[in-house]
Amino acid sequence: MDTDYAIIGGGVVGLSVAWGLLQRGLSVTVLDGDDGSFRASRGNFGLVWVQSKGMNQPRYARWSQQSAAIWAGFAEELGDNTGQPVPLEQNGGYDLHFSEETLQATVEKYEILKTQLGGDYPFEVLGHNALRKEEPHIGPKVVGAILHHQDGHANPLKLLKSLAADVRRMGGRVLTGKTVTDVVKPDGFVITCADGTTLGAGKVILSAGLGAAQLGPKMGFKAPIRPQRGQVLITEKLPKLINRPSLIARQVDEGGIQIGATNEEVGHDDRVTQPGLSGLAAEAIAAYPALARAQLVRSWGALRVLSPDGLPIYQQSAKMPGAYLVTCHSGITLAAAHARLLPDWLEGSEAAPNLEVFSEDRFAVS
Amino acid sequence: MKTASPFLELDDAPRVTVTFDGTPLSLPEGANLAAALLAAGVEVFRHTPVSGAPRAPFCMMGACFDCLIEIDGVVRQACMIEVSDGLKISKPHEAQDDPA
Repeated sequence: MDTDYAIIGGGVVGLSVAWGLLQRGLSVTVLDGDDGSFRASRGNFGLVWVQSKGMNQPRYARWSQQSAAIWAGFAEELGDNTGQPVPLEQNGGYDLHFSEETLQATVEKYEILKTQLGGDYPFEVLGHNALRKEEPHIGPKVVGAILHHQDGHANPLKLLKSLAADVRRMGGRVLTGKTVTDVVKPDGFVITCADGTTLGAGKVILSAGLGAAQLGPKMGFKAPIRPQRGQVLITEKLPKLINRPSLIARQVDEGGIQIGATNEEVGHDDRVTQPGLSGLAAEAIAAYPALARAQLVRSWGALRVLSPDGLPIYQQSAKMPGAYLVTCHSGITLAAAHARLLPDWLEGSEAAPNLEVFSEDRFAVS
Repeated sequence: MKTASPFLELDDAPRVTVTFDGTPLSLPEGANLAAALLAAGVEVFRHTPVSGAPRAPFCMMGACFDCLIEIDGVVRQACMIEVSDGLKISKPHEAQDDPA
């Protein structure tokens, strides 16, 4: 056996889990893809986000809250260990609304979730004038916003960089340019890559994003995940214009304003489209009219990794005990939970979080 | 202002007058604006909005966005513009009344 854990997928999800396992003294080998892989970790919006998640499953809301609550400590430790800080702001975030009806409907859903969470769901509703005091550049078409105090945002590329550095610093092996083609378990696990590399491992974690859809069934998982495209834009670096992030726009620590994001079911196509980008720009300008004069620097598309209900999947394989599927849409938000809490579940310790609702049982045909 | 620029001027086109932060400059008409400003001795095109660090052209091909300048209230890439008569150029986002 070459390693205690082989982790298939070296994005934020795989590296977060690797980091947590290394902290417990386990040996870890991460098998990462190449530049041809779809890499949500390099194309995402960078929110550390609680509101709107788990509207139909409070456990998911709670899991997101747990991660958000320990994110700052996690980021600080990464920065201290590597000398590469992970910029993070958790001063709340907005759900902006252009109509009273959608605002009211959303508030009603949040109230239900708040009750289910025993009241721990700190949000407030800001009318236009109250919002304008917080965000002087907000546009007249924005009727109000839900300000959720557990929301925030990070620099996701610096998170990825710092995570990768710290995994290596702790002795984790990260092999890049690897496409895993097969996983078998004659005794221990044997993993085979397209380039002929083989690796023996005590346990295997499948955290390959969209790649898990192909590899999962070979390992006994349903892995019913699909791509959903999000196109985004980023402006030139600007003086402070936006204080708190929303799903429409956020000003990153370096000054650029990231504008997001489309939700498109277009398969494995991560290109941008003119109508997609125009729509995003128009919405962002409606929210923050000063953006009409901002120069756009880049646009790109990336593919979300979605399960049928949008929740993460944490599942041990029945066919190959010791193999785990770990996949989610919100790898940035959940990075701290994956690093700090998930290893207890993988190791089956007393402190393991209860992740039952995230198993693949929920996809059983009824 | 044509002092010790390390850049050589290649264009021998007719001269036109532009201003950079109010200072008049005589530049070759039709030349690449970023190149012409460098040759005229402009070393700092702008300051970054977050840290205030000075910036000047880097890639000269429209990719890096380091050569941003402001013309008529619009921030643009100097390396993607030709010199024309009467351009009023300033450092972006440094005017007192700039909303963005």
